[in-house]
Amino acid sequence: MIQTFAFYLFAILVIASGSLTILARNPVHSVLWLIVSFFNAAGLMVLVGAEFIAMLLVIVYVGAVAVLFLFVVMMLNIDFAELRAGFMKNFPFGIAIALVLLAELILGIGAYRAGALKLGVPDGTAAPMAGQSNIENIGALLYSEYLFLFETAGLILLVAMIGAIVLTHRERATAHRGHQNISKQVRRRPEDATINASPEVGKGVSL
Amino acid sequence: MIGIEHYVVVSAILFVLGVLGIFLNRKNIIVILMAIELILLSVNINLVAFSAFLGDLTGQIFAMFVLTVAAGEAAIGLAILVIYFRGRGTIAVDDVNRMKG
Repeated sequence: MIQTFAFYLFAILVIASGSLTILARNPVHSVLWLIVSFFNAAGLMVLVGAEFIAMLLVIVYVGAVAVLFLFVVMMLNIDFAELRAGFMKNFPFGIAIALVLLAELILGIGAYRAGALKLGVPDGTAAPMAGQSNIENIGALLYSEYLFLFETAGLILLVAMIGAIVLTHRERATAHRGHQNISKQVRRRPEDATINASPEVGKGVSL
Repeated sequence: MIGIEHYVVVSAILFVLGVLGIFLNRKNIIVILMAIELILLSVNINLVAFSAFLGDLTGQIFAMFVLTVAAGEAAIGLAILVIYFRGRGTIAVDDVNRMKG
């Protein structure tokens, strides 16, 4: 009973905040609704007993990705009213595409209910072991069966990190202006800096 | 009783909302990136729900990998956005075709 209530609460909240994410006028509000949506999706995952993924969702999405979005939205000085211009023009087209997609997905679920689709039967190699928590089961599977995929995931994160740093790194051309360059000062000799000239009367010196 | 169909319906609605968000905010690439995050979230809900109801943990492992790729994609996407904004002073994606051959 309480589980059913919690499911409907989380489901309605995740869908409502998802719609507000794409409809909000201000992108900062969009990010905040996205955070609400992630929290409620984490609640849905806790309900089916996937605590590890739920907590990972809160940590990674809310703690890192959403904060990154907020940071970028607030750092760039963007005229959002201008970007909003084509919103109503695209509305009928977008709704049409969304309805077609939704109809297809509902047809799929209807086919499953009518018995046309059979879900695969797990072979039991990745079945959760009885008496162990969700995180113990996932750890046992991740560090044995999926070890190389796990390391590949780490490699993907490394490449993403290096890529982001290289893309946004800016070599400042004027970094040394106003700063003392000791070796340049020491290397300077009188003959580099001064010349002797005896110009005629009425004529200047060309350097 | 909550069955797998309930979860699949929630996930399908969230997926469609993400696709709709891409079409509605055609100019604002920040909101497009957020809509992609919504799509990946719906995929994660689907994977976790099937994993729980079928009693097979592989779905949760793959949800973790989807999470990894989503984080990397957000980082790279926002980095490209930042350098695009530096060069152009706007993030309207209508005129991104400057590089086309």
